[in-house]
Amino acid sequence: MWKEHMRNKINRHLSRGGITPDHAYYLRQIRLKKLAVWATQFILLVTLILLWELGANMRLIDPFITSQPSAIYHTFWRMAKDGSIFLHTGITVLETTLSFIIGTIAGSLIAIFLWWSDFFSRVLDPYIVILNSTPKIALGPLFIVFLGDGIKSIITMALTISIIVTIVMVYTGFKEVDPNKIKLIRTFGANKLQILEKVVLPASVPTIIAALKVNVGMSFVGVIVGEFLVARAGLGYLIVYGQQVFQLHLAMTSVVVLIITAAILYQMVACLENRFLGWKE
Amino acid sequence: MTIIPKVQIEQVSIKYQTLDGETNALENICLAIGEGEFVSIVGPSGCGKSTLLSLISGLLKPTAGRVLVDGKPPQTSSQKLGYMLQQDYLFEWRTVYKNIMLGLEIQGKDKHSVKNKVHNLLKQYGLWGFRHYYPHQLSGGMRQRVALIRTLAVDPEILLLDEPFAALDYQTRLTLEEEVATILKRANKTVILVTHDISEAVAMSDRVVVISRRPGRVKADFAIRYAAGRLSPFETRKAPEFRDYFNRIWKELDIHVEGTHAQ
Repeated sequence: MWKEHMRNKINRHLSRGGITPDHAYYLRQIRLKKLAVWATQFILLVTLILLWELGANMRLIDPFITSQPSAIYHTFWRMAKDGSIFLHTGITVLETTLSFIIGTIAGSLIAIFLWWSDFFSRVLDPYIVILNSTPKIALGPLFIVFLGDGIKSIITMALTISIIVTIVMVYTGFKEVDPNKIKLIRTFGANKLQILEKVVLPASVPTIIAALKVNVGMSFVGVIVGEFLVARAGLGYLIVYGQQVFQLHLAMTSVVVLIITAAILYQMVACLENRFLGWKE
Repeated sequence: MTIIPKVQIEQVSIKYQTLDGETNALENICLAIGEGEFVSIVGPSGCGKSTLLSLISGLLKPTAGRVLVDGKPPQTSSQKLGYMLQQDYLFEWRTVYKNIMLGLEIQGKDKHSVKNKVHNLLKQYGLWGFRHYYPHQLSGGMRQRVALIRTLAVDPEILLLDEPFAALDYQTRLTLEEEVATILKRANKTVILVTHDISEAVAMSDRVVVISRRPGRVKADFAIRYAAGRLSPFETRKAPEFRDYFNRIWKELDIHVEGTHAQ
């Protein structure tokens, strides 16, 4: 009786919004499939965590080296109580956000400049190509010499990585704007600034958002590498410190927090996409 | 006192320069178009028909000769011309209404003064209910109608139509031809229509100019007159003169030469 009632309730929920029985069935199938994907993703995560924990408890792997979920949990709570985890996460997020914002704005401005001046875009082309293919991380030690071992070096490291990608992606987006749209707006008598404002920039919004998404990841990489090299605080610093004093619980906890932070930052940028691309199918 | 034509093209030639050499697109074109005239320009593809429109609009400057609009060289900023391209090129990120306002925004004109006119056009073309839609939600015919209203919103004296119906299916095309011809003739606009469709040219215009293959020259100039007076495109297709004009223009368009060109 009660079971029957629950099943009906679930079925009704899964087929909500159906306008005919066939449509309701169709909706239910689609929602069931979605649910199955979510459930499997969740089970996969739980299984991995359980295997890790059990493997460590049964000494199949050495928790001194690999740490284990329960230890990570305890470490996290200990650090949450004394507030240190928030301090380090906060610093890393601050550095990432700063270099993300500066990288995006400066990169876009440079891309606009390159679009505006055909001459300079040709002049600077080989430099950008070479900078783009250089592993910027290799410059890290130099930045420390130039700028000292503080936040300046870390942000410069992250900026170098993110700005080049932004310039290349945004400029390519500008160049791909349909020339006929520009012709159309010129027939109304538009000047170059109006072409930029009314066609090139709005048409490139999808590319710019794609660049932002890449950029968040790039800034993060830059900040963590910077922290590896110089920092006295931040998640990158915690990981290196944990490794050096062989406190793998600490290093692993930092990695877990890092992963979650990265996911949240990425999601925040992805929200922008929904906000600005309402006109898309 | 002589009457100054609305558009005057005097011995105009244009050459395109590229690294591989130069192309004579148009050679010694002479053409005078009066106010309120509806002129079609037909010719084989690649003969420079569209180039002619770019010259009149001021987007291109002639290599030799001169183009005059109301007795002066044309400028894109003059705001006298409306240009309709082969595709609608609506901006996907703007709603129908905002697309229509584009020209007014650029020319810095007061939107309120034309509000009524734009609203009437939207209603007339059955687009009123769609004014807040985005272009991807419209059919091809509706999109081209929006493009037409966008052009008319700035109230141009001269309309340059570059194969504006070419991308549409046949039924939509006939309907739009009818609407456009009626609305433009009623408003007494000067219209220059570039097309490769002879029946479209004969059905819509007062005059058909045939351009030769490259380098483009004026090959023939037909005044289209119907015994029954000024007809709408639908009616002209049924008029007895239609077939005759069609055949005469077809003969002038040396399309059949294609195969024997290399002899």
